[in-house]
Amino acid sequence: MSKAIKVENLSKAYQLGDFGTGTISRDLERFWAHLRGKEDPFLKIGEVNDRTIKGESDVVWSLNNINFEVEQGDAVGIIGRNGAGKSTLLKILSRVTSPTTGSVKLKGRIASLLEVGTGFHPELSGRENIYLNGAILGMRKAEIRQKFDEIVSFSGVERYIDTPVKRYSSGMYVRLAFAVAAHLESEILIVDEVLAVGDAEFQKKCLGKMGQVSMNEGRTVLFVSHNMAAVKTLCNRGIVLANGQLIYENKQLEAVGFYQTNNNTRSTFEHQGDLTSAPGNENIKVLKFVIRPLTGDSISISTGISLEMIFFNQKTGINLDATFELKNSDEIPVFHNGVLISTNNDSKTGFYTVKCTIPPNLLNAGNYSFKLIFGENQRYQLFGADDFIGFEVENESKGSNSALAPGVIHPKLDFDISYQA
Amino acid sequence: MTDLHPEKWDIEINAKGSLLDLKLKEVWHYRDLLVLLVRRDFISFYKQTILGPVWFFIQPVITILFYTLIFGNLAGIPVDGLPKPLFYLAGTIIWNYFADCLNKTSTVFKDNAGILGKVYFPRLIMPLSIVLSNLIRFAVQFLLFIILYIIFILKGEHIIPNIAALLLPLLIIMIASLGLGLGMIISAVTTKYRDIAFIVAFGVPLLMYATTVIYPLSVAQAKYPKYSWLIKFNPITAIIETFRYGCLGKGSFNWELLAYSIVSTIVILLTGIVIFNKVEKTFVDTV
Repeated sequence: MSKAIKVENLSKAYQLGDFGTGTISRDLERFWAHLRGKEDPFLKIGEVNDRTIKGESDVVWSLNNINFEVEQGDAVGIIGRNGAGKSTLLKILSRVTSPTTGSVKLKGRIASLLEVGTGFHPELSGRENIYLNGAILGMRKAEIRQKFDEIVSFSGVERYIDTPVKRYSSGMYVRLAFAVAAHLESEILIVDEVLAVGDAEFQKKCLGKMGQVSMNEGRTVLFVSHNMAAVKTLCNRGIVLANGQLIYENKQLEAVGFYQTNNNTRSTFEHQGDLTSAPGNENIKVLKFVIRPLTGDSISISTGISLEMIFFNQKTGINLDATFELKNSDEIPVFHNGVLISTNNDSKTGFYTVKCTIPPNLLNAGNYSFKLIFGENQRYQLFGADDFIGFEVENESKGSNSALAPGVIHPKLDFDISYQA
Repeated sequence: MTDLHPEKWDIEINAKGSLLDLKLKEVWHYRDLLVLLVRRDFISFYKQTILGPVWFFIQPVITILFYTLIFGNLAGIPVDGLPKPLFYLAGTIIWNYFADCLNKTSTVFKDNAGILGKVYFPRLIMPLSIVLSNLIRFAVQFLLFIILYIIFILKGEHIIPNIAALLLPLLIIMIASLGLGLGMIISAVTTKYRDIAFIVAFGVPLLMYATTVIYPLSVAQAKYPKYSWLIKFNPITAIIETFRYGCLGKGSFNWELLAYSIVSTIVILLTGIVIFNKVEKTFVDTV
């Protein structure tokens, strides 16, 4: 098969902060460096882009030396956390902005649905907007005329087609916009999070249309989404971005799995060194949080889990409580359980150890993360940490029936069967 | 696996592009978009109004009415002995075309950041559509000029057009190029520094007084012989004077002044193209 997209050493730098009085002197400095044939003094190549920590310079590398290739007819899911560089990548691919260094090569026409409804003019009717929007996306007028009926019937807004779109409901607006874009004849289609809109029926329709586009028509699709279920059904390959770097590339299922595992920061935590540098605040310092299987070496459905946490408390004379919230990889809370550490307003300064067990045959296989919350009088939060720790529950292979059972939990139920003739 | 045949790619996206390349082939492919954008501007201008396209007439009619009352009668600025409304209209329609092109083009990136930040199409389409949709307004106002012209001839006014009237297409192209070129320069700078937008907002109306819209060049030369070069320095002066000379038979026309105007128009247009090309690729990041 031939290649449709080739991305080589792609990097993109953005400037942080505000443009103002300081910017013109920088521009002059930059220009002066350029005249002497030197590199841009404000671009430090190689700095990792992590939005949570403060960097040295105020130039940030949204994309850092990305390389990949896409075969024709592939549907590639691009996944990563917020700020990983997904949208920047799509913006460069769709030629909205240009890279700082590196290059992209494409075969065929490229169309992007970075946000549907771009270029819709509120005063114009649905009909006029179909033509305008189609032309903005690169369609010729004859092409739109030929597909006009198909677009209108796909959108399901026939009745309003001669009404100005400013009178449309937001759902109708999006339906019409997606319908135009979906009927675009391009070899490469770029989709970014459009499925977050519309009702369930229309979302299903969109997913179906996109699947049809990549499978039946052999067009290449790049799909950015946080909806892992959609990535799994729609794509056959996956790319994982983190902090502007490409960290994983494989079949979509592996990529989704990789992303979900790596989304959790760590599986055990034991603080080394000084108490002041431990995670927490002036009230609470967390020193240890360890998760182990109750039996055996690795956690699986039937092993059960033991949990041990040690923390240092500095808030005295209150009713202290600790809450554990467990979420699965689809961000669904599995439980939210708390324990009272002290009951008679008698919390003391010092180390507390909390142990508990999650019984066997409760959690289904998959990836989980713990959120940790410390509270005062079960009302005020003293300290909280999302995704403090993550772990995986392995599936147990039972011969041929080794597939993952659906469901948030996987309890072992006592069945009682009786028969009467 | 080694590639025996080097792959053929349709699109290459690189960090830098050519500065003078206008990508006219691409613009041609998107010509339907150009037409639709012009149509959109034209239709949305009078949507939900009762008078509809008549508004295109009302604006210049009221403007020249006030000019005639204030500059012509109250201030008594001589107009080369021409009928005052016709004199003012000739200057106003040309000036308006230039000012509209300049104003709209100078904020083109900012106004259309929504579309331009989401979809790719040749960026040049946007300023071109502005120049074209304003050309339609110019045509409507020119029609008004012709109507007024005929009325005054029927009333027995002594107006003799001459051969210089044939320069009209050139004059229109020059006005459009000037508005486009200056607008592109300003739009490129305003993506990062909004200061220029303020200068344009109050500078363009003031610039009108340094152009021979409400007075003829001959009057300025007679009154301020030392400073009239300032007015001649303005390339639009030559365009308006040539237009008046050709259509109305009176005006300061000479080939040197027109040639100067043509050269400065070309310089401004080329500068605009280079700067626009430099900015269009990454303006999304700074606008």
